[in-house]
Amino acid sequence: MKKSIKNTINTLLLSAGILGSSFAFATPSVDEIVNRTNFVAYYQGQDGKAKVKMTITDEQGRERTRQFVILRSDEPQTDSLKDNAYKGEQKMYVYFSRPADVNKMVFMVWKRPGGTDDRWLYLPALDLVKRIASSDKRTSFVGSDFYYEDVSGRNLEDDTHELISTDENYYVIKNTPVKPELVEFSYYTMYIHKETFLPIQTEYYDKKGNLYRTNQTLKVDTIAGFPTVTQSSMENLKTKTKTLMEYSKVSYNLDLPKEIYTERFLRKAPRKLLR
Amino acid sequence: MQKSALLSFLITSQLLSASYAAPPALPSGISTKPSLPSGLSPSPVLPSGLGLNHSADSTFESNNDNDEPLSISGFWEARAGFRTQSDSHERGTSIAESRLQLELQKEFEHFTANLTTDLLYDAVDKQRSINVEQGKGWFDLREANVEFSPSDFMDVKVGRQILTWGTGDLLFINDMFSKDWNSFFNGRDEEYLKAPSDAIKTSFFSATANVDLIINPHFDADRYIDGRRISFFNPMLGEISGKNALVKTDQPHGSEISLRIYQTVGAYELALYGYEGYWKSPAGFDASSGLSTFPKLRVYGASARGPLAKGIANLEIGYYDSKEDSQGDDPFVANSEFRFLAGYEQELVKNLTLGVQYYLEWLMDYDEYRDSLAPTSRPRDEYRHLLTTRLTWLTLNQNLQWSLFAYYSPSDGDAYLRPKLHYKIDDQWSAEVGGNIFMGERTHTFFGQFRHNNNLFTAVRYGF
Repeated sequence: MKKSIKNTINTLLLSAGILGSSFAFATPSVDEIVNRTNFVAYYQGQDGKAKVKMTITDEQGRERTRQFVILRSDEPQTDSLKDNAYKGEQKMYVYFSRPADVNKMVFMVWKRPGGTDDRWLYLPALDLVKRIASSDKRTSFVGSDFYYEDVSGRNLEDDTHELISTDENYYVIKNTPVKPELVEFSYYTMYIHKETFLPIQTEYYDKKGNLYRTNQTLKVDTIAGFPTVTQSSMENLKTKTKTLMEYSKVSYNLDLPKEIYTERFLRKAPRKLLR
Repeated sequence: MQKSALLSFLITSQLLSASYAAPPALPSGISTKPSLPSGLSPSPVLPSGLGLNHSADSTFESNNDNDEPLSISGFWEARAGFRTQSDSHERGTSIAESRLQLELQKEFEHFTANLTTDLLYDAVDKQRSINVEQGKGWFDLREANVEFSPSDFMDVKVGRQILTWGTGDLLFINDMFSKDWNSFFNGRDEEYLKAPSDAIKTSFFSATANVDLIINPHFDADRYIDGRRISFFNPMLGEISGKNALVKTDQPHGSEISLRIYQTVGAYELALYGYEGYWKSPAGFDASSGLSTFPKLRVYGASARGPLAKGIANLEIGYYDSKEDSQGDDPFVANSEFRFLAGYEQELVKNLTLGVQYYLEWLMDYDEYRDSLAPTSRPRDEYRHLLTTRLTWLTLNQNLQWSLFAYYSPSDGDAYLRPKLHYKIDDQWSAEVGGNIFMGERTHTFFGQFRHNNNLFTAVRYGF
């Protein structure tokens, strides 16, 4: 209970903070913008749950789908923007239901910003708990146009950030990688909605400076007070493939037990929580 | 928790409505705003849910895909393969079957029931009588169990189930659960390497350590190589045999106990193992009855797995204590062994993963073993060294998977290759081609004995 009071206070402070900035019309610093964006994109609430449907369309218009439930818990006990607490460790549990060949498969991540993530895969037909190497975070997530890093978040420290323009709706941030040799892009720009700090459009430019990959937020719902992306797309202009990601049954602050993110629940899915 | 969410929602919505009242309406044509620097595309239009028509807590539509407490899934597949050389003891058709797997899961208030059945039409092995222990006949029961949690720190799973633990990749030291070697060598899907066990699995969880205790009331043997589908070196005949000399066994009636104590420390998974039971495939011979036997066996072991450099490393050891030949001087019972495994896996470049393993079998009491053998028999080496490589390459948006798993033993001078190409045609259909290729200088080594079983196979599968 103590924790939830603290949460409430933090949520309030945060809400007030976000809105305060729009009242004041003063442009926040670049760091403030990217920090808040990282927060609203990946860390809202102490934990969360969503049902996700991915529709992958290839260059010939053929569609493939993926359906899964994501459970997520934050290690930091607060949503405070102070001390960058929200940039802390996170655990994610991804339970697949479709297509048939991945039914009941589980993918689990212990996200360690600044370090290497730990990843596991559970294959139900073999009752096998596999550990997977996570060297390249910019590899396709389950065959879609989203990368692992798009799903779990890119370390803020991996890029330098520059506010290049603002208009009525957006802060436009240019992000340049600190180690360009590790990534396939030369920079990416983000259109960040001024009031909610949600990234509405992200454009990735290749090493020659050509736009080749675009992420768009197509629908936003406010759930339990948190502005939440409920539909987004990722389009790869080079491969001419596109993935639509639709979220349903989004909820926050469920008090998810931390034990979910262990081998026990890889082998025996917490079915009541996944409904 | 709910209270706090509600409170914050109420206040946030008030604040939001206040804030949204202030800014002017967005002009049309916002997307062609000219003042952006060159190189930037026009600003995106606000998505639905943001901007003017925004309501604080929108009525969020959830898909009407109400979860059924009863789930039915499965697949149908057809699989065919042939031997690439003639084998005087086996059919040229290595596999020809159609399989329907139905998987049912039903959730009740306090427990979950799982049932997975395979209906099989097998044109190679037309044995009609069903034997669910050995997986023979037109019906195979993969899973039939009930799962429940008597307390927060305890899980129980009772009935027929697939069990796996340990760190090896297609190599097993402390995983003493039943394997189906016939399926593995004949080109069935990799999941069929695991044969089901009829067991009671009880798991205890605590902050210091977790414990799995598995009891098989009746010994569950491997679906071992008996000559029916795969020809092998028969030490009694001193040559390769198959259908001409099927292995007849005397199965023990005792039980098996498997124990694992494990914990994750930081990013490292550590485990201790124990097993009390029998060799899982025939490892003894009763000269008086002429039957192969499963001598008593006790296994102690340990494993560790975790990140190393850019990949995942694993280590596993085990001591196989062959209780019926503790001196190592009985030629009809397998000697004790020490087994060791070290592995490493890393993604080399995007979508290309390499895994390598080194594995050792060290035969105990080797001098006694050699002394006890008849002069004509072909002895094993004291040390069997084995190297494995797994290469996995994903192409065509990860829909086409190229893979090669290779075993190579420098001491036995033999090898086993498992190449495979798997294509996901769409969400339901997939197709694959693959092979099982054995090589060896000598007929009695582990992989060399299977030299007449080289096969190629193809399969199509429809999942639902």
